[in-house]
Amino acid sequence: MKVNEVPQDPKDFKEGDKIKKLVYAVDKDGNYTGVNSAGWEVENAATKQAWDVADEELEETAQQVRAGRLSPIAWYMKKNLMDTALLAKYVGKWAWQVKRHFKPQVFNKLPPAMLEKYAAVFNITVDELKAMAKG
Amino acid sequence: MSKIEFTHHQHAHCESGVTSNLLRHEGIDIREPLVFGIGAGLFFGHIPFLKISGTPGTTFRTWPGAIFKRVAQRLDIKMHTERFSTPAKAMLALDKALDAGRPCGMLSSVFYLPYLPEAFRFHFNAHNLVVYGKENGLYNVSDPVMEDVTTIAPDDLAKARFAKGAPEPKGFMYYVTAVPKTINFDKAIQKGIKQTCFFMLSPPIPWFGNKAIFLLAKRIKDYPKKLTPRKASLYLGNIIRMQEEIGTGGAGFRYLYAAFLQEAAQKLKRDDLQGFSQELTQVGDDWRNFAYHAARLMKARQSDIVSYDELSDMLRICGEKEKAIFTRLDKLKWQ
Repeated sequence: MKVNEVPQDPKDFKEGDKIKKLVYAVDKDGNYTGVNSAGWEVENAATKQAWDVADEELEETAQQVRAGRLSPIAWYMKKNLMDTALLAKYVGKWAWQVKRHFKPQVFNKLPPAMLEKYAAVFNITVDELKAMAKG
Repeated sequence: MSKIEFTHHQHAHCESGVTSNLLRHEGIDIREPLVFGIGAGLFFGHIPFLKISGTPGTTFRTWPGAIFKRVAQRLDIKMHTERFSTPAKAMLALDKALDAGRPCGMLSSVFYLPYLPEAFRFHFNAHNLVVYGKENGLYNVSDPVMEDVTTIAPDDLAKARFAKGAPEPKGFMYYVTAVPKTINFDKAIQKGIKQTCFFMLSPPIPWFGNKAIFLLAKRIKDYPKKLTPRKASLYLGNIIRMQEEIGTGGAGFRYLYAAFLQEAAQKLKRDDLQGFSQELTQVGDDWRNFAYHAARLMKARQSDIVSYDELSDMLRICGEKEKAIFTRLDKLKWQ
C-alpha cells in the first residue's frame, strides 16, 4: 500500500471517528512510514456489522423483558456485551445460576446483596436495575 | 505524586507500541516495526472449533505477551513483571513504581477504558498501555493506539486491570529495571526472523502457521454450502476485523512486518532483506484485496460480485506466496 492509497473513510458511528489510527505504507521513495487513517470502508462495514448484531440482540432482549419473559439482568448483560459465562465470573456464580436469575419470578426474590453485585458489575444502581422490569 | 517526563508515540499495535515507547524512554532507539520483528509478532492461526462469540477464531499475530518477552530477552533488557491477587495491591504497586520514576506497562480490557471510542470497546482483555503519572486524582495514560496521551480515573483503571474472562490480566504490570550499555540489534533481528519462519512453516497441525491460511481458504469455499447466509456473512466480517480493525497496521500485520524487514535490511546492510520487504508488501496488497472482496460478499450476502470460490482462491494465493517467501527467508545465510 502506498501512502496516497491509505484510505480515509470516516468511521461515523459510536464515536469511531475520535481516533485516527496508524497504518504502515510505502512513500514515493519506497520507504515505509506510519500514516494516520480515519478508517477504511471495508473494516468499517465489518465493525458496524458486529455492532448491529449486538444491537439487534439487545433489542430482542428488551422486548422479552417488557413481555415479562426475562429479567432485566438478561438485558444489562447484553448491554455490557457479556455472555452468561462471563457475567457468572463477574458476580462469582455458576453460569446456570445466572441463567436462573434471568427468570422474572426468580429475579423478584433475589436477596438485596445479590442485586447489589449485579448492579455493581453493570455500573448502575439497584433501583435502575429494578426499574427496567417495570419500564 | 507527579508526572514522569514521558514521550508518547502513536503505534499501530498495542503490545509492540508499548514496548517501543517504554524502551525509547530508556534512550534505546527502537521503533514499532523493529520491536514487532525482533519479537516475532507475525503469525497466522485459524481454529474453527474455537468459537469466539459464535465465530471461529482467526489470528494474524502471535499470542499476547510473547513480543514483549522476546524483545526483552533478545536485547538483554531487564524487566520487572508482576501479577496481583487484588486490585488494591495492584494499584498500590503502580503508585510505588510511579513514585520511583518508572513508567509502567500493563494489561487491560478495552471494554473498561472510557477514553476509547465506543466502537472499539469489546471485551478484549489483552490491551497494553503505559501509565506514567498521577495528577489531580487521575492517572496519565499513554495508549499506543491513540494519537495523544490521555487520563483515566483510578476506579476505571482498576476495573480494566482486573477484567474477567479469557485471558484474565490479573493486574499484570511491567517496567524496565536495567538496560545494557550497548545493544546488539543484529543478533536479535536474526533470531526474530528465524523464529517467525519457524512459526510460519513448522507447525505440524493444520490450525497454525502458513498451513492455516489454506485451511481457512478451504473453509471459505464451503461457507455457502454449510452456513446460512447470515452466518457466512458474520464469519467473513470477523476475519476482516481481525485482519484490518484490530490494530494491525494494515493487511493483518503484513505491512508492519515488511516495514521491519526494510529496517533490518538497512541495519544489517543486506539488500536481500529489502527484496523480501517488497515481496511481503505485495502480498499485503493481496490480503487487502481479499478483505475488500470479502466485505462486498459480507454486505451483499449473495455471490454475485465475486463468489466464495474466487474469494477462497485469493486467500490460497496469499498463502502460497507467503509460503515461498518464508521458505526462502528461512534459508538465508547469516555470517
